[in-house]
Amino acid sequence: MKAQLSKENLLKAYRKMREIREFEDRVHVEFAKGTLPGFVHLYSGEEAVAVGICEHLNDLDRIASTHRGHGHCIAKGVELEGMMAEIYGKKTGTCGGKGGSMHIADLDKGMMGANGIVGAGPPLIAGAALASKLRKDGSVGVVFFGDGASNQGTNFESMNMAVTLDLPMIFVLENNGYAESTSPKYSAKVGSDNIADRARGFGMPAVTVDGNDFFAVYEAAAEAINRARKGGGPTFIECKTMRYFGHFEGDAQTYRPKDEVKNARINDCPLKRFAAAVTSAGLVEATELEAIDKAVLDQVEKAVKAAEAAPQPDLDALMADVYVSY
Amino acid sequence: MARKIMFKDAINEAMRLEMERDESVIILGLDVAGAAGTEQARDAWGGVLGVTKGLYPLFPERVIDCPISESAYIGAAVGASACGMRAVGELMFSDFLGVCFDQLYNQAAKFRYMFGGKAVTPVTIRTMIGAGFSAAAQHSQSPYSMFAHVPGLKCIIPSNPYDAKGLLAACIEDDDPCVFFEHKALYTMKGEVPEEHYTIPLGQANVIQEGKDVTIVALARMVQFAEKAAKALAKDGIECTIIDPRTISPLDTDTIFSSVEKTGRLVVVDESYDRCGVAADIAAMVSQNVFDALKAAPQMVTAPFVPTPFAANLEAAYLPDARKIEAAVRKTMGVSNAVKMQAAAN
Ligand SMILES: Cc1ncc(C[n+]2csc(CCOP(=O)(O)OP(=O)(O)O)c2C)c(N)n1
Ligand SMILES: [Mg+2]
Repeated sequence: MKAQLSKENLLKAYRKMREIREFEDRVHVEFAKGTLPGFVHLYSGEEAVAVGICEHLNDLDRIASTHRGHGHCIAKGVELEGMMAEIYGKKTGTCGGKGGSMHIADLDKGMMGANGIVGAGPPLIAGAALASKLRKDGSVGVVFFGDGASNQGTNFESMNMAVTLDLPMIFVLENNGYAESTSPKYSAKVGSDNIADRARGFGMPAVTVDGNDFFAVYEAAAEAINRARKGGGPTFIECKTMRYFGHFEGDAQTYRPKDEVKNARINDCPLKRFAAAVTSAGLVEATELEAIDKAVLDQVEKAVKAAEAAPQPDLDALMADVYVSY
Repeated sequence: MARKIMFKDAINEAMRLEMERDESVIILGLDVAGAAGTEQARDAWGGVLGVTKGLYPLFPERVIDCPISESAYIGAAVGASACGMRAVGELMFSDFLGVCFDQLYNQAAKFRYMFGGKAVTPVTIRTMIGAGFSAAAQHSQSPYSMFAHVPGLKCIIPSNPYDAKGLLAACIEDDDPCVFFEHKALYTMKGEVPEEHYTIPLGQANVIQEGKDVTIVALARMVQFAEKAAKALAKDGIECTIIDPRTISPLDTDTIFSSVEKTGRLVVVDESYDRCGVAADIAAMVSQNVFDALKAAPQMVTAPFVPTPFAANLEAAYLPDARKIEAAVRKTMGVSNAVKMQAAAN
């Protein structure tokens, strides 16, 4: 698989993952200073999932995201400056400062929004996929959702809808081992550790992959998305991964073993694993990756500075855009 | 002087006392204990803001963490309550009502009537309301009027720790489905709360202060804003009565009507919307029933008819506050003020 990706594609995928990591790590730092408003849920540690999937998508393809949505936005091509400004609640934000972290959306990029309602995404993407199917433009819909969200009725109903209507839809389960403080071992008992087994019961192909291995996700996504584009119906991809921060910023995380994250950062970091794989195969030079790291650091710094300097929304924005016409 | 505790601890205490008194009281919710299925100690969360913390160690079989399946667990709270339990279902944010509404709206609310008066469903749903935290459009709403619109549901909205404890105890002991709305900005509010068990009857308003000029009806966090406005107005000689209905279904119309009969003026303050909401409801009932006493058109101070915005400056503009309440009161005083000024000029 590695060999099938051009060097340009490899560097692009790495850059996206680095943008997510740097963006989230920086939001973590800024939030701790007490300057950021609202609730923030960070995606650090799960980068290979969003990027491994979205590298196959174009602007016509739609994704629906979750409360932990920054990574999906970045992977789908949403601009960092607009995102950061949105998180700061500024006029220059992707949603004009009216949505915030939990509602960043960029419909031009096919990004249908982070979401405050757990389990809201699957029906929306069933609709997006239905529209794709009727338009016959070969586009697909991808819904990202968590192990916790996998228990929401909307998810089960959408799996059945997708199979019934033969929709070009991909269910991407981000199994990071926790829904807030609850383990899927308690709340999603499926007879095995793989929630994907449920999807098979609905009659769709389902796989479970190592979600910290970019190439494993990329490969599973290639098969699923190609099948969907050709009219082959829905697929379920479960990605086993890990979040590096708390459920939300401020979570004391007493439900986690002490060294869980520390060990994962050392031994199972998706960026480190990607870098090791591509450099040891001689596909990319370590210095090229370092150059990306540095460029992204600057990019995020610029986004923060711009967000800090940006004006608040104008007060007349309060009443605007409830309806198209009223 | 009684001991002072926080609003959220008053709620916790009400549940603890009810669970001690009655073995049929159970709690269902998300992370109401926490750490389920992990190797760490349970009670890691006690609910997302720690309101149920400490209950799991006392009642490990009756504090039940559920999958994120609101339809199923809120519905199960209803079903269990129809079968002899007194379930307290925690719907983390009231904004999530859409996920589970049928189980309350078509099921819990209607059992008794549809089944010819034979069903008893003593379920209580606890849920958070309120803006002011930059939590944006899906975590800031106060949609209680949607529940109050449904015959068969009772709606309870406490504004201070004392009421929170007594009203929640009353809800749990009540034989009808109750929805109990907790404003997140009040969780850290401290107030005097007796240690022992007590209840406050549902449907009994609290008259917070009496004044001869204007009746202000305010709910939840808005009570504090009304008090602040009343203080400012008092400096100008405008005396306000403040009524906290505490429950909007049933609604203590007697107390509201008799106050308006004395003052002749009404201002209703509600963090939710004006359209088809509690403020419009109260204003309409007052207009219909004590019209002859009115000296001015009733005023509503509410959020504008838009989703809750994220940006702090927009959210501040969105929320009712003391200044807006003051302006509304002055508006109802407009006529008599003009008369007073004329008298002074003459
Ligand atoms: C309908 C609904 N119920 C509950 C919540 C509160 N909540 C937000 S995130 C979350 C846990 C989600 O877990 P998971 O789906 O595994 O996603 P993760 O946070 O692990 O990315 C919960 C319970 C919500 N936002 N919406
Ligand atoms: Mg999870």
